[in-house]
Amino acid sequence: MSGNDEKMRIERATRTFSAGSVVAFQDLDLCVPANQTLCIVGPSGCGKTTLLRCMAGLLTPTAGRILLDGRVVTAPSPAVAMVFQHFGLFPWKTVHENACYGLKLKGIPRSEWKARIAPYIELVGLTGFEHMYPYQLSGGMQQRTGLVRALALHPEVLLMDEPFGALDAQTRELLQEELLRILERERKTMVFITHSIDEAIVLGDHIAVISARPGRVQEIIDVGLPSSRTADDVRLSPRYTELRQHIWGGLRQQAVAAA
Amino acid sequence: MSATAATGLDAGRQAAEAQRRKEQIRMWSARLISLAVLLIVWQIFGSRVNKAVFAPPSRVIEAGLAMAQSGELWSYLRGSLLTLIYGLALSIAIGLPTGILMARSKLAGYALEWYVAAFNSTPMVALVPLITLVFGFDVTAKVIVVIISAVFAIIINTEQGVRNVDQRLLEVARSFRTTERALWGDVIVPSALPYIAAGMRLAVGRALVGMVVAEFFTAVSGVGYLIVRYSNSFEPDHMLVPIVVVMALGIALTAVTGGIERRIAPWNKHEE
Ligand SMILES: Nc1ncnc2c1ncn2[C@@H]1O[C@H](COP(=O)(O)OP(=O)(O)O)[C@@H](O)[C@H]1O
Ligand SMILES: [Mg+2]
Repeated sequence: MSGNDEKMRIERATRTFSAGSVVAFQDLDLCVPANQTLCIVGPSGCGKTTLLRCMAGLLTPTAGRILLDGRVVTAPSPAVAMVFQHFGLFPWKTVHENACYGLKLKGIPRSEWKARIAPYIELVGLTGFEHMYPYQLSGGMQQRTGLVRALALHPEVLLMDEPFGALDAQTRELLQEELLRILERERKTMVFITHSIDEAIVLGDHIAVISARPGRVQEIIDVGLPSSRTADDVRLSPRYTELRQHIWGGLRQQAVAAA
Repeated sequence: MSATAATGLDAGRQAAEAQRRKEQIRMWSARLISLAVLLIVWQIFGSRVNKAVFAPPSRVIEAGLAMAQSGELWSYLRGSLLTLIYGLALSIAIGLPTGILMARSKLAGYALEWYVAAFNSTPMVALVPLITLVFGFDVTAKVIVVIISAVFAIIINTEQGVRNVDQRLLEVARSFRTTERALWGDVIVPSALPYIAAGMRLAVGRALVGMVVAEFFTAVSGVGYLIVRYSNSFEPDHMLVPIVVVMALGIALTAVTGGIERRIAPWNKHEE
């Protein structure tokens, strides 16, 4: 434990591409509180994916640093698991094999895999689909597999890059509810990237609004709703409408300024 | 929820099964009818040509039965098959590692790409005389011709397959803290397999051509020699027997590699 309730911290981080000609994000400061959900919203291309890849240790910032439990992130950590917008499933592995992938790499005995993933498989309704290949599944089922693969590792931090962005609206809401139920059972630190304001309010304890490229933190919003919640609770609360208007107003200003 | 999913799936599976059976019938009808048409046309025109130059299928079948009964066909075919098997096995043993190396090491790629391109586009006939000069007329020379004919298809396809690995999946693997060794088994090899299998299919065809060409030039063995001998003695009915056998071999080997391809990469057939 690092003493306070801060799990990750981003300090004046900058990341450029193409020899500095593309600045994904610049001088970015952000704090990720432990056991809470931080949602990051921002226009597409503002460097959200790049930021998350840096947080995961898949990419190093060009300047500044990223800390996990007070230590600089230089490589993927065993305490962190990631869920991808493109699902990132292996087409040649079944649902079961995909879900157990992290356990296999971690060297957990094969005999324990099934027991380890079973509760999550059940929780997201993948029972009966274990022996299918990803191409035989709907997008929703594929991302549920991606979710189980991450959760099976019992990570302290979940990094989610628009995980529901490729799904239809209805499936998306179902998965949001399933995710809330999972977090209810095991509190985790989660960084959840989305471009849906609705999704950010439903899932987030805090919302960081990022400006258009080069991305900077424009505003950090305290959602102020109980962590233990259902999607309906949130959507029916007056706070939801208020936040929605507030965030949308800010993003619209940006969009207008950019146009 | 899973129960309704299961019955829905069963119905789907049954429909797919019926669909497949229908497709099988269509496939075999088309194949057999085209074969019958071919044989009839060949029979009609083959009977009108000088007997010393060409033969209709009826006479080829007759000759084939005689050659099979006397053991002649098998004794020559055996040598050819051994050449083919050795040649293909060595092509795979050389081609797979070379292709992988060229894809994973820039330096190896630079060092080898000219030769792969050169050999891949040079007709083997041009090299056979040289090979016989160096290696003589026995099995070694024939196997080398087969290897030179087949190995480049495997190298090129393997290299392509390894190069085309989805970069996003490599990153997924890294995020789950893969080791280099696990990366090969989990990601690189499976994603290259369909390419490698396609390379094998190409290689089989080319190996057959190489085998026959090598036997034309080098040996007093193999079906290639049989073709030359009966051609020189103006017995086209006997000459066509080994040709038909080689063609049948080509069809069979292609079907076998196609079957292997589908088995090792079941995830790769979802366009059905
Ligand atoms: N590997 C890369 N090489 C070059 N440019 C990149 C790379 N990754 C991202 N970028 C650029 O960085 C910017 C931010 O991209 P990204 O982080 O994917 O944004 P977001 O996820 O917010 O849509 C984009 O302009 C993108 O083109
Ligand atoms: Mg993105």
